Amino acid sequence: MKQIIVSGFGGQGVLSLGLMLSYAAMKENKNTSFLPSYGPEMRGGTANCSVVISEKEVASPVISRPDLLVAFNEPSLARFVPALNEGGRFFVDSETAKKEYLTKSNAVAVPLNELCGNNKKGHNIAMFGAMLGFTGIKLESAEYAVRQVFKNKPQFIDANLGCLHAGVDFARKAGLK
Amino acid sequence: MKQLLKGNEAVAEAAIAAGCRCFFGYPITPQNEIPEYMSWRMKEVGGHFVQAESEVSAINMVYGAGGAGARAMTSSSSPGVSLKQEGISYIAGAEVPCVIVNMMRAGPGLGGIQPSQSDYFQATKGGGHGDYRMLVYAPSSVQEAADLTYKAFFRADYYRNPVMILGDGMLGQMMEPAQIPVAVDVNKLPKKSWAASGNNGGKQRVINSIFMNPDTLEAHNAHLTKKYEEMKKLDTMFEHYRTDDAEVVLVAYGIVARICKAAVDMLRDGGIKAGLFRPITLFPFPYGELAKLSDNGAETFVSVELSCGQLIEDVKLGLFDSKNRPQVGVFARVGGNVMKPEDVAEYIKAGRITQSWIK
Repeated sequence: MKQIIVSGFGGQGVLSLGLMLSYAAMKENKNTSFLPSYGPEMRGGTANCSVVISEKEVASPVISRPDLLVAFNEPSLARFVPALNEGGRFFVDSETAKKEYLTKSNAVAVPLNELCGNNKKGHNIAMFGAMLGFTGIKLESAEYAVRQVFKNKPQFIDANLGCLHAGVDFARKAGLK
Repeated sequence: MKQLLKGNEAVAEAAIAAGCRCFFGYPITPQNEIPEYMSWRMKEVGGHFVQAESEVSAINMVYGAGGAGARAMTSSSSPGVSLKQEGISYIAGAEVPCVIVNMMRAGPGLGGIQPSQSDYFQATKGGGHGDYRMLVYAPSSVQEAADLTYKAFFRADYYRNPVMILGDGMLGQMMEPAQIPVAVDVNKLPKKSWAASGNNGGKQRVINSIFMNPDTLEAHNAHLTKKYEEMKKLDTMFEHYRTDDAEVVLVAYGIVARICKAAVDMLRDGGIKAGLFRPITLFPFPYGELAKLSDNGAETFVSVELSCGQLIEDVKLGLFDSKNRPQVGVFARVGGNVMKPEDVAEYIKAGRITQSWIK
């Protein structure tokens, strides 16, 4: 079972990254739950979602201790890094995260801007690619998930698949799991 | 085929599958996806969607459509469901089948928009006036939200009684893979001989809840009570999770039961024999099962709820029939806060079980 929290400012693609994780898991016939935060905190404040991926039935969609954390901003790091499970990893943008986080042994720093060719809208997808190896999700399921989440915006699918592959390549070259 | 659906979307599509062709609602968070979904989906299936001018209006439209024989539904969240109570009482009195969805948010008053279970009493003990009951289903997953909504329309027709789906903001907003039940052919649903749907000069059919003669009303009350007694026999639903040898039984419904399942596993890993008892119907409440668990040796029962000690009252009623006198307590988060599995496990481990939710 993998328990994942994705967190950041509203507009950073936090919820769509979580949704892609669930779509990809469903594609592999795994059990999954996607639990978004909702309400006023999404407007300008911090949005987050909890995703569980499991071979067995998902018990709690509410996560006590995440195995994986994606944190796109400072408040998310402060809130969720201390909650990480033993052996848990967290993924951050290497450009924007503070040094105190980047130097932690369980940090995975991803150069999102570089991977996306300065396309900020692709950051969440590049992160999806970079973390894929830790989730047990296959690349083709991830591609399916990108197509699902962007099915109403088909003009962005190719660029987003590019960001996904850039993230996957980064993880491979960096020797990540 | 399974689809990744929000709880709210699953409820809406399952209602369509069950033959619901009339939906009346008024917007309120966190259930807005239901009317939003119905607003385009009803058009596709040739049904009727009305965004009413208020919740009061919406529930009375349900009364009218249901009285004319249609499978009708409304949905809202706590403050909106309070507004519907008068209509629900009339619908129960007039024996009109319908389905009412409450995706609960925290109260009282306008409260907040985050998840809650604080309408438990309102749903199960008759939120409106007069002696009436509703079947109350409390789904704990998106799949179950679909399955129970589908079932709700059939049970509503069987009893000619309103049925409530009692969820919460979290269930409404979360997504899980779910399969929608196979759609019925609306034209093949049994004709309702009582419905005020036009009778071509035959005997007049009346849908009404007024009985001015006390004896007539008493007979009507007896008739209604018989239906509620039948619900207790036929419709009580529950789930046991690792309760076989449990010494500590968590009692929880809806999304909280999911959190408790994880808590039970944590407690078991730590050597505490814990289990979960989950009522699926809140009315009828599975009182007898709780007494059995106590008779089989469970010594502690803890109601885990998103309300200030409501479910615990039914837990105590159930245990009253046990030959033993187990310890009973409550663990709650309210106001829109939701406990984590670890919080529940720690409460049990600490061993300070009390009947007040305030720590």
